Amino acid sequence: MRDVAIVGIGQTPVGELWDKSLRHLGHDAIVAAMQDAGIETADALYVGNMLSGELGGQEHLATLLADFVGLRGIEAAKIEAACASGAAAMRVGIMAVASGMADVVIVAGVEKMTDTLPHETTAGLALAADQEYEVAEGATFLALNAMLMRRYMYEYRVPHSAFAPFPVNAHKNAQGNPNAMFPMAISVERYINAPVVAPPINVMDSSPICDGAAAVVLVPADRAKEYGQGKRIVRVAASVSATDTLAVHDRRDPLFLEAAYLSSHRAYTLAGLTPKDIDFFELHDAFSIMSVLSLEACGFAPRGQGTALGESGAIALDGELPITTMGGLKARGHPVGATGIYQIVEVVQQLRGEAGTNQLKHAHVGMAQNIGGSGATIITHILVGED
Amino acid sequence: MSPHSFTHAEYLAHLQNHVLAASRCQNCGELYLPPRPLCRRCFAQDMRWEELSGRGELVAFTVVHIVPSAMLEAGYDQDRPYVSGLVRLEEGPTISALITGVDAHHPETIRVGSQVRVVFPRGDQDPGPAPLVFEVVSES
Repeated sequence: MRDVAIVGIGQTPVGELWDKSLRHLGHDAIVAAMQDAGIETADALYVGNMLSGELGGQEHLATLLADFVGLRGIEAAKIEAACASGAAAMRVGIMAVASGMADVVIVAGVEKMTDTLPHETTAGLALAADQEYEVAEGATFLALNAMLMRRYMYEYRVPHSAFAPFPVNAHKNAQGNPNAMFPMAISVERYINAPVVAPPINVMDSSPICDGAAAVVLVPADRAKEYGQGKRIVRVAASVSATDTLAVHDRRDPLFLEAAYLSSHRAYTLAGLTPKDIDFFELHDAFSIMSVLSLEACGFAPRGQGTALGESGAIALDGELPITTMGGLKARGHPVGATGIYQIVEVVQQLRGEAGTNQLKHAHVGMAQNIGGSGATIITHILVGED
Repeated sequence: MSPHSFTHAEYLAHLQNHVLAASRCQNCGELYLPPRPLCRRCFAQDMRWEELSGRGELVAFTVVHIVPSAMLEAGYDQDRPYVSGLVRLEEGPTISALITGVDAHHPETIRVGSQVRVVFPRGDQDPGPAPLVFEVVSES
């Protein structure tokens, strides 16, 4: 297998982008990534997307985008793994380059969620859950996360306010990200008093419904210097996907994200690293509870101590393990199938020293983790900035 | 091979007959609700239906105000929310269900650990959008 490098990145602002359809969002991100890499063509385009068919009536999306960005003729395919679609597409792109079946691959994540009514988008997101045994009983994606948070608070006797550091940190960091949907600081008081959407989850626990697209360009690492116009080369040190039961009720311990444990620990082994070696972590804070469960499963906090890690200040830009450095899903936004690629783009920004006012002092090894559903598909990438 | 395929349709048919049924592996004894035809512990395919007591404990819950299309059609909405929960049956398995016998407008009165029992559709009554309903019978 060949080592794979990321030599181009592109992204659109995240928000309610009613004036741009899926193809235009994809176009903007892909063209930006191609320009960043200095390429005019590619061997393949893989697109992470969850809901284009359900909400937009459009499938065959990758082929549509390939033509729209002037690449008609190349291989193109959409990859779907619910909210982990972006990272799933990333992994397919990595496999294509690593195996030698392609040399230059574009991976994009695209999602449009705001052109539909709330109950339609809610039903769409619920497609990530078990239709026959969860959704048919009235559970929604939000409801399943709310039940996990309720159970966590019950088992570990943690008050709701203990989760405040996560959205507070995300919103603070979003202020330095020109593409973030909600670049405004929030106070702990605002978090505590935010309207409840599904108890105990409130508005400030929840990532927003939004639109957006991001893209990266992958090439073999030994040829990376030919691309990227002199920018720091970012190598993929590990790419691991793992699965769990689709339904929360089928898990022996719903508060342990087994797929996060499996994918992160396999990734550490592949990269020859331990959690202590990770300089920063773009985690999947779709809801505050997911940040906590992810940190615990990945070995950054003992079971039941995830909120304490947040309260310790370790997750801030100047902390020991900065997370959601550009705003995360909570404040940059969570255009579901695009999120996994936004995370990769942001890790590359940090590793290249292009994160502006949010630039970390020490950014050599970055980790990104994209979660599908309530923990059923979890994909971890570790990226390293080459010297 | 089992004479049944342990499909969702068979499971719903049991509920219609006022039976909450799980599948039990005849090889290793593992019990599955939702039912499965293949044991994920020992990989045997020799399952039998087994009736559960319908008694259990509320493991987690929330109130659903932002309702999906199917529940909207059933009459629930922002102002008429429902309670969704996880129930651990006394036989062991945990399942998602609609929770009744509680006040959806006052979630602070609902307790994790409360005892629940299954409520079957009555007579010819439409079972409603959620086939599996548990009623809270006593607080923890």
